[in-house]
Amino acid sequence: MSARSPLGKVKGLGSARSGTHHFWQQRLTAVALLPLTLWFVWCVVRYTGAPHSEVIAFLSDPVSAVAILLFIVAGVYHMALGLHVVIEDYIQRESTKIGLFMLTNFAAFAVAAVCVFAVLKIAI
Amino acid sequence: MPEARTSGRPSSRPLSPHLQIYRWPITMGTSILHRITGVGLASGTLLLAWWLVAASMGPEAYADFESVAFGWFGRLVLFGFTLALVFHAFNGVRHLFWDAGYGFKTASANMSGLAVFALTLVATIVIWVMAYQSMGTWQ
Repeated sequence: MSARSPLGKVKGLGSARSGTHHFWQQRLTAVALLPLTLWFVWCVVRYTGAPHSEVIAFLSDPVSAVAILLFIVAGVYHMALGLHVVIEDYIQRESTKIGLFMLTNFAAFAVAAVCVFAVLKIAI
Repeated sequence: MPEARTSGRPSSRPLSPHLQIYRWPITMGTSILHRITGVGLASGTLLLAWWLVAASMGPEAYADFESVAFGWFGRLVLFGFTLALVFHAFNGVRHLFWDAGYGFKTASANMSGLAVFALTLVATIVIWVMAYQSMGTWQ
């Protein structure tokens, strides 16, 4: 017999009050990143040592620009979720924990913004 | 009778083995490596940002990026980045299988762990050989 209330069972949110949302987002981005990473590695291999003009021509192609944007967004989101769990696991002090959550999230958004801006500047 | 705790001296009974004494099972190694490579890849996003920003700034900035990235230290960092990325991807697939409920038996978890190590090594070498070949074609 479970000690949980019927309402608690229905809402299914558990002690973190967020249910499986974080877990699911982590898996969703993981699955998305498999083909995107494969493609990204292929690109980096293909354009290693390529002249600047060739790299620009490649990134200007709408398909590659969109693909690399997807890679950046999925990757940075996956990264922010992962770092969140690492901080939760190792940091006990509440204020340090919250400070690090903010720092990693700000950093994630900043890296994503810089990458997206650079790609759009080249592609548009 | 166990020794009385009130004596103020530590008990002479054996303690359970801790991390330093424990012989690490493969699954323990892959688990902590997944986390370490994940954190490593997070800082590696800065390399991606640098590459894209350098490309967007023009040929001079891109040449600067290349001179650092292709130096011995740059290659070392990029090789580590490749290892981390490939390991995290292969081991991530393993985690997805576990999430779906497959491969939990000790024997299969150990086997898949070894497979991840082997695949990581082979794939990283293949990627680097291909990158060097590709580099040759641009010259």
